[in-house]
Amino acid sequence: MAWLLVSLVTLSMITFGLGVLAPGDPAEVVLEHRLNQPPPKEQVDAQRRLMGLDRPLPAQYLRWLSKAAQGDLGNSWLRGLRVSDALRERIPRTAALAAVAAAISVLIGVPVGMLAAVRRNSLADHVCRIAALVGASVPSYFTAYVLILVFAVGFRAFPVFGFGSVANLVLPAVTLALGPAAVLARLTRSTVLEVLGEDYIRTARAKGARQSTVLAAHALRNSLIPILTVIGLSLGHLLGGSLIVEYVFAWPGMGELAISAIQARDYPLIQGFVLFAGAVYVVVNFSVDLGYAWLDPRIRVGGRR
Amino acid sequence: MAAATTTLDVGIDIGRTVEGPVGRRLLRRLVRDRTARVGLVIVAACAVLAIAGPSLAPHDPLEVTTERLRRPGAAGHLLGTDGLGRDLLSRVLHGARLSLGSAALAAALVSLVGMVVGTVAGFIGGVVDKVLMRLVDVVLAVPGLVLALAVAGLFDPSLLAIMLALVTVWWAGYARIVRGLVLSIREQPFVEAARSVGAGEWRVVVRHVLPGVVSTVVVLATLEIGQLLLVISGLSFLGLGSPPPTPEWGAMLNDGRVYFLSDPHVVLVPGMAISLAVLGFNLLGDGIRDVLDPRLAHVPRPGRLRRQRAARNP
Repeated sequence: MAWLLVSLVTLSMITFGLGVLAPGDPAEVVLEHRLNQPPPKEQVDAQRRLMGLDRPLPAQYLRWLSKAAQGDLGNSWLRGLRVSDALRERIPRTAALAAVAAAISVLIGVPVGMLAAVRRNSLADHVCRIAALVGASVPSYFTAYVLILVFAVGFRAFPVFGFGSVANLVLPAVTLALGPAAVLARLTRSTVLEVLGEDYIRTARAKGARQSTVLAAHALRNSLIPILTVIGLSLGHLLGGSLIVEYVFAWPGMGELAISAIQARDYPLIQGFVLFAGAVYVVVNFSVDLGYAWLDPRIRVGGRR
Repeated sequence: MAAATTTLDVGIDIGRTVEGPVGRRLLRRLVRDRTARVGLVIVAACAVLAIAGPSLAPHDPLEVTTERLRRPGAAGHLLGTDGLGRDLLSRVLHGARLSLGSAALAAALVSLVGMVVGTVAGFIGGVVDKVLMRLVDVVLAVPGLVLALAVAGLFDPSLLAIMLALVTVWWAGYARIVRGLVLSIREQPFVEAARSVGAGEWRVVVRHVLPGVVSTVVVLATLEIGQLLLVISGLSFLGLGSPPPTPEWGAMLNDGRVYFLSDPHVVLVPGMAISLAVLGFNLLGDGIRDVLDPRLAHVPRPGRLRRQRAARNP
């Protein structure tokens, strides 16, 4: 628990530091946006005092942190709306995209990896291995265009860009899922292979258990811990990947918001995104750790460190 | 830059530091393994292109002509031209140095920072070690691309900005590995021997501990050039890299977006270049992992077990 808190506090420090290092005086940017002209010196000084920018950095950080903890991430410099509102509007869209992508990657990755492990060195194994390697090597911004070319332009099966219907979700979600699916397939293959060499598998077979029972009840179940870790870790991949995929498909989620914020150097918005995405990632990884204890009673969270 | 030769040298180095002839055996098995061989060839080709690419280019990569959007195979333009009539083959060849070079440079920087931090943590120990490792944990706990994007956004768009961003998020993994290596090497008898003949701390680190660390780190860093290339081109694709008309692969992909639906080759050519290079590094890395990890070699095949069982109980 303490570890979770330390991570979150350090994350908040990094995020705050980004804002301090950002080029441009926030007070000046806000005023310039409001007045549509370079503001006079006295007004900038007054605004700096108003925004608390004349105080020492630790004080500024504490003030920023206490506000952020209450969900107030400040105002976007350029859009003139609250960062929390901007994020709140975008989060469900990115969450939908990431959830569908995660489901697709598990549905592809785990069975493919199992198949490759069970039929080791068969044609299926080689095809899986090559597919997984290619999936891990081709950048998502390239996969996206290939998928558009084949399914949107070639077969006219799905719309290319935009947002609104379920059909819009398919290509971005598949694009996002392929990377994690490749990682999952490789990991499932190697983990299941390792488990298949264990004594208890031999015991199960010696008892006369059927192949399907051995695989489902013994091999897959005991492979779940590393697989679960990778699913948890792939969330970082999904969060990062959503930046690129949303940009390509014009999917109006958090990633697309972050890219436009970067291009406009809108730092409060960028900070809000980093803080939120980072916090989600940290909390999910912590939950994955808790999930271990549930899957494997030998591990107790307290005993890990 | 000379990625391929480094890997080969290091393959032998590992053997020399660990236990004699392992390195040469590793190399021989890598050449025998089909996937690793393909990877080795691609990585070698990458190294050659990064060095010689620009001088092989048939045209000026920045020259704007009226021959816009020629398809691959058009007269004088093997890979066609882009929306401004620039020769794509020449742009890809010039981009090889920029993209692969910046990925290799980033790998060098990242491993250097990681090595310094990891050695300091492992050797000094105590509070310094605790604080540094906590920092490593936290940096590893933040999604890399998200933080890299925010850091790169602090600067004007350039490849240098991207590299700085990568170093800030990527050093942590190396620091952790190096710390582990340092901790295990400092317990070795030869370190104790050096100490007993009066070698100072500094001399022990530089002459006895670091050589054992460097070879491993160089192998890791070389294999990660592919991953770094993916991220560098990705950030560059998002407009954080060198501004146009720089022929960097990710930036070329972004340039081509507008023409993609009518002339897909503008996007496919740089995309293939990135994918092939990354695939090469991944194949080689996979081969090395297979050869070095003997655990997977001895797993009994279920098919054989089933046949044995069938033979026993007909």
